[in-house]
Amino acid sequence: MTIQSEGRASALPGWLFKLGKLTATVAFTLFGLLLVTFLIGRVVPVDPVLSVVGDRASPSTYEKVYLELGLDRPLYEQFYLYAKKAVTGDFGESLLTKKPIISDLARAFPATLELATVGIIIGTLLGIPAGVWAAVRQGRLIDQLVRIFGLVGYSAPIFWLGLMGLLLFYAKWELVAGPGRIDISYEYSFTSTTGLMLLDTAMQGQWAAFRNVVSHIALPACLLGYLSMAYIARMTRSFMLNELAQEYVVTARVKGVAEWRIIWVHALRNAAVPLVTVIALSYANLLEGSVLTETVFAWPGLGQYLTNSLQNADMNAVLGGTLLIGIVFVGLNIFSDLLYTLLDPRVRTRL
Amino acid sequence: MTSLDTLPAKPGLRQWLLSEQPSSRRQARFGQSYRAWLAFRSNRLGMIGLGIVVVLVLVAIFAGFIAPYDPLTGGDLRTARLLPPSWDHLMGTDDLARDIFSRIVYGSRVTLVVVALVAAIATPVGLLVGTSAGYFGGWVDTVLMRVTDIFLAFPRLILALAFVAALGPGIENAIIAIAITSWPPYARLARAETLTIRNAEHIDAIRLQGASSLRIIWGHVVPLCLPSVIIRVTLDMAGIILTAAGLGFLGLGAQPPQPEWGAMIAAGRRFLIDFWWVATMPGIAIFIVSLGFNFLGDGLRDVLDPKAQK
Repeated sequence: MTIQSEGRASALPGWLFKLGKLTATVAFTLFGLLLVTFLIGRVVPVDPVLSVVGDRASPSTYEKVYLELGLDRPLYEQFYLYAKKAVTGDFGESLLTKKPIISDLARAFPATLELATVGIIIGTLLGIPAGVWAAVRQGRLIDQLVRIFGLVGYSAPIFWLGLMGLLLFYAKWELVAGPGRIDISYEYSFTSTTGLMLLDTAMQGQWAAFRNVVSHIALPACLLGYLSMAYIARMTRSFMLNELAQEYVVTARVKGVAEWRIIWVHALRNAAVPLVTVIALSYANLLEGSVLTETVFAWPGLGQYLTNSLQNADMNAVLGGTLLIGIVFVGLNIFSDLLYTLLDPRVRTRL
Repeated sequence: MTSLDTLPAKPGLRQWLLSEQPSSRRQARFGQSYRAWLAFRSNRLGMIGLGIVVVLVLVAIFAGFIAPYDPLTGGDLRTARLLPPSWDHLMGTDDLARDIFSRIVYGSRVTLVVVALVAAIATPVGLLVGTSAGYFGGWVDTVLMRVTDIFLAFPRLILALAFVAALGPGIENAIIAIAITSWPPYARLARAETLTIRNAEHIDAIRLQGASSLRIIWGHVVPLCLPSVIIRVTLDMAGIILTAAGLGFLGLGAQPPQPEWGAMIAAGRRFLIDFWWVATMPGIAIFIVSLGFNFLGDGLRDVLDPKAQK
């Protein structure tokens, strides 16, 4: 507040200071992510040399690779090399696919992105009205139902829900397509430009393929949507309760504003600011949910890549994937912070 | 206070507990817990949750008496494989002719051990880091909280996956990995509590008496942080169960033939369409237990969290 009163000229350094602080935090967190993945890679009981050369290699080959991997150097130097490579996107080669890990990750990422995005859209579209409704009818039946529905979402293991969904909607009632992203017969009917199949097929007018993609994504996306909906509805409810208790609501009522307008326009607009943060956070959490979901639905995204690599003791790939997910997670968190700053006039003027 | 009339307890005891002028510290403390219990009792979901958790503990203790069959060795592989649920086998049998109900009953032990050990490891670590950061402030605070932030920067399951991948699969390593990923929120909470406590007058008084920092933190700060941290841990328990089940499902938790619920779902996945019960039953068990912990935590928060009380 003091900065503001000094006028515009001095507002800039404050803004710069904030930016500098943000940059430092990001840099430090990324450094930490690198350090943690590096240390995890070091405690691994699998000999990194053996996993490259195989256990029947001659001692001289072993020695050569040992030196090549830099294992003879002190730990901090190894970390320096690891960080230097990671910054340029070099995580080494996957043992499983024999390709650079970074290109594997780049191929898997759009699949996860598409799934999580559709999931968060479903979760937001259902979660916000449910939360608003529960807040308006606080303590009534609908409030209890939303609460229980949410707790069920928190409590059910997502991989089990996925299996049950496949059992009922795919095997029994044949409403949706089975595991995978698309049927093989449609896979080459369009060219992949964005990697997001819904977008690709729609832009190229391949509507048969589009429908196939939709029926594949429906079940896993609904599951992830349910997961995020539980959280979004709960937070919406508490923000709305907060807003509905404010005096401007009473004023609006006294003025004779329609009740729906008070709820959906006046109160919800004010609750929307913290909600953006919640949505960004649950978007990040879907990355986590996607690991198990993708395994169940054979979805060729990051999660499946991670678990496949795990099962083959492909440590570099696991760490590369972990690092990427960590970076996206941090990015989303910072993004939601910034958005909060931009959307809330009170925080904005404090800058 | 209408619920007091229906109380079956002895009037003398109740009056002693609810006394407005407790004559000893013990009476005040018991009275406090009794009041909290009365508030909790009127929370229906919380009571259901408590019931589920109590049943879980009892089942785990008396698994040997409840389970009709051996959980590890199955019946006749020619005739007793993949039998549907019946009176002989309440939840059917799996592909090795083992009774699924018995395996679920014994699996409650695995679940309880995981939850208890994770809580026993993560809570002290979180408390120690959080209270030290809050009490000392300055660079200690900065360093400890930055480290905490780094751990919070990973999604929990992903970090646990990476740790288990490094340590090797197994129930012990899964517990360690989950504990490593669980403590940061407790540390944050404990730090926030400590910041409000550290400048209190009674802490100043103890400091002036010459108590060491360690003694102040352990003897005077930690006990005050404990209640809110314990609520948080209870709320997290469902998450711990789900993470452990997820690791088991991916083959990284308890190893066969241990009857771990997540691993049982993974084993039943192959026969999902023709023999649905093999994967369904353990899932229901996980669901009910974590629902119980969620209800319990939710009820506890309603009762004990001052922010929720209006």
